[in-house]
Amino acid sequence: MESTNQPAAADAQATAHRQPPLAYDARSELVLHVNGTPYTLTLDHRTTVLDALREHLGLTGAKKGCDHGQCGACTVLVDGRRANSCLLLAVAQDGRRITTIEGLAHGNDGADGERLHPLQEAFLERDALQCGYCTPGQICSAVGVLTEAADGFPSHVTPYTAASGAPMELTPDEIRERMSGNLCRCGAYPRIVEAVGDARDAGGAES
Amino acid sequence: MTHDPFPQGTPPHPLGNPVARREGREKVTGAARYAAEHTPPDCAYAWPVPATFARARITGVETSEALALPGVCAVLTHENAPRLDSTDDPTLALLQEDRVPHRGWYVALVVADSLEAARDAASAVRVTYESADHDVRFRAGHPGLYEPESVNGGFPGIRERGNFEAAYAASLIKLDATYSIPPLHNHPMEPHASTAWWDDGHLTVYDSSQGATRVRDDLAALFKIGKGEVTVVSEHVGGGFGSKGTPRPQVVLAAMAALHTGRPVKLALPRGQMAAVVGHRAPTIQRVRIGATTEGVITALAHEIITYTSTVSEFVEQAAVPARVMYAAPHSRTAHRVTALDVPSPSWMRAPGEAPGMYALESAVDELAVLLDIDPVELRVHNEPETEPDSGRPFSSRHLVGCLREGANRFGWLPRDPRPAVRREGDLLVGTGVAASTYPVFLAGSVAEAHADADGGYRIRLNATDIGTGARTVLAQIAAAALGASSEERVQIEIGNSDLPPAMLAGGSAGTGSWGWAVHRACTELAARLRDHTGPLPAEGVTVTADTGQEAAAKSPYARHAFGAQFAEVQVDTVTGEIRVRRLLGMFAAGHILNPRTARSQFIGGMTMGLGMALTESSGLDAAFGDFAERDLASYHVPACADVPAIEAHWLDERDPHLNPMGSKGIGEIGIVGTAAAIGNAVHHATGVRLRDLPLTPDKVLPHL
Ligand code: FES
Ligand code: FES
Repeated sequence: MESTNQPAAADAQATAHRQPPLAYDARSELVLHVNGTPYTLTLDHRTTVLDALREHLGLTGAKKGCDHGQCGACTVLVDGRRANSCLLLAVAQDGRRITTIEGLAHGNDGADGERLHPLQEAFLERDALQCGYCTPGQICSAVGVLTEAADGFPSHVTPYTAASGAPMELTPDEIRERMSGNLCRCGAYPRIVEAVGDARDAGGAES
Repeated sequence: MTHDPFPQGTPPHPLGNPVARREGREKVTGAARYAAEHTPPDCAYAWPVPATFARARITGVETSEALALPGVCAVLTHENAPRLDSTDDPTLALLQEDRVPHRGWYVALVVADSLEAARDAASAVRVTYESADHDVRFRAGHPGLYEPESVNGGFPGIRERGNFEAAYAASLIKLDATYSIPPLHNHPMEPHASTAWWDDGHLTVYDSSQGATRVRDDLAALFKIGKGEVTVVSEHVGGGFGSKGTPRPQVVLAAMAALHTGRPVKLALPRGQMAAVVGHRAPTIQRVRIGATTEGVITALAHEIITYTSTVSEFVEQAAVPARVMYAAPHSRTAHRVTALDVPSPSWMRAPGEAPGMYALESAVDELAVLLDIDPVELRVHNEPETEPDSGRPFSSRHLVGCLREGANRFGWLPRDPRPAVRREGDLLVGTGVAASTYPVFLAGSVAEAHADADGGYRIRLNATDIGTGARTVLAQIAAAALGASSEERVQIEIGNSDLPPAMLAGGSAGTGSWGWAVHRACTELAARLRDHTGPLPAEGVTVTADTGQEAAAKSPYARHAFGAQFAEVQVDTVTGEIRVRRLLGMFAAGHILNPRTARSQFIGGMTMGLGMALTESSGLDAAFGDFAERDLASYHVPACADVPAIEAHWLDERDPHLNPMGSKGIGEIGIVGTAAAIGNAVHHATGVRLRDLPLTPDKVLPHL
């Protein structure tokens, strides 16, 4: 949806002033647990989780590619499941646990900082990125894919003979299908599929 | 100038190593900051208001309702916005006058304390227009078509050699086919964004740009200030594909809004507005005529294209230019015609000219091969020119035949039954296709500074840009090679800031070659200085600056192009009409590949975009409203992960001493060139149906099955 004016042809509408709703910029206090830290925020009801992260918490790892649920760049984990954070109003997520790309690395690697998540390692190892703008979303989405498969979620390409609820085998076709909500205009897909495969082999779902 | 400026030795270590990209860790941890990810204190947010008519004059802007909304600080319109000086890019003359040249042109900008308030207020700005009839219908025979003097890249609009019409008429074998490509959108994943503020007359901007030097220069001109009073930072850029090659509206609007409000202002263009304001690939209708002997020798070749431009500026997609390079044909005509419509301004999109032009040319060559019953690889080999057909210049290197042969080998091209529509797997028809690729070598002058620390480290500074190519990494490799260092690890690279020495933008596949040349020269001179130096270095180290402006401007006696061959296997579902690419293989000859790891990613990325061009990407202007109908990522279908199966890229490493000191050609664009033709040709092989209008969506395929 776009914020455009009506053509003047539609004169009557164009001049009809709309009524701003009461409490146009109404705010509420809420708590988001982001990467293990509780944040108490007073946010405009129109604020999405994505904008709360990026503009209010300074966590700009989650990207805005479309703001309309069409690209996956804003993917984060909400209570452990992946979600497009641009489609979630923050006020409706009070009390949720949100994991962003900034929260995936853990502990100390003994050298240049935190120990990367196996998926982060795999993306680096495979050169599964170019501009990097879709990358945090891809990685968070892949974390979701690994747990969904482990939890037996089927996909469009899962054979109908697969046992219901049993862990799914993540074949390359399964990975491609399940990662298709995350667009990459740089075209890093072949390497992304390999990287997710590497993390699967490394038991990424548990980490 | 005919001497050889680059007597080249063996490329020293570490050029050619698959070094991992330097900013990779920042990118996988979310630490890398892009233009909209800087929030200076007291930062305001802007949201643009696009015009709702394709051709109009603004008669009034009612802003009181918007201004009354909570948190709104200003609405800029042509009546109150800062006055800008004009530059040679009229698309940047924003909010300066009442004329609306196309739908989506910005007519106002709301600035507010929050993104939410700015967005809401933008829909409360009431603009009234006096509209006029518009014409956005691009079609063959459009009365406004004219022959432009020159086309994008500065090439002449028309070139003729011999007598095409006579030779074509006399040919025993004739092919006459017309192809079309709709408007296409770059859609980098990072929307165009800027964060701007003024501090005591100095303008600082974080901008999502492929070249901050040009952005700085244009901002200085627009705002009538010195270049030294503008700093443009483009540290990490989320793709551009040409659409961020020159300044785009967001940076001018953000700077205006910051000036008007006295606050820092952040503006990220909404995805749905991008199609109209950041440039796009103009549609083309391309007629190719080939006359040949029964042995498959091309005697006459004509490639004639029509396209559109906007009424704001003339941009002519140079789609007939690759036909001047590809095949020996004694009689040839390559020509462009263009018409100015009330459409958004087209601009660069990955491989402008080559990507659409080679779709038509390489499809036509395949049609000729079918007509003659000659293998399409062999037909191309038959028509290899000795020298560049259009100019007669020798090629600095041309390994198209090598790419075709080696690519065919790796792909398993042979044995191939040339008959169409005979490979059936259940409901599926399967086929293979091939097409050639080409992309010219462009090089531009840049300035680089090389510095040696007293403690043995090095620092390279120049305003290169990393739009995802891995510029820092490859420049460190080039520097280390020139310095004779055993590894690039001790070389620090500073890029992405207009305060650094000025450099070529990341475009035209010319970044690495142009920047690398300057870096190589600065480092070579630094190495010489260090060799001559005795005793410890002074505490401030040693610094050398090199400017390649002169060398880069010198005209080469050689025709310099990269070449490649693309192979595709497709399946066509006879029930649904859906085409799926099973595998793509690209074989390229693009000079010395400096970093195989990042180069492979670029080749494959280009091929992926070519796959989209072939099968899914399409935009079109609504005749009544003058708007692009496909404005977002839900309606404009870029390839998704499941669309992209096995894609491989390989190369023949060339030793070409006529390019630059690294011996490199550009690799960012050639990957998209030829892909769509290879896929279309494979569809013909699979089905026997020749489709000539991209993209090959099921609705076009199904009626023929
Ligand atoms: S930004 Fe949320 S899906 Fe695109
Ligand atoms: S790495 Fe650039 S969009 Fe995916």
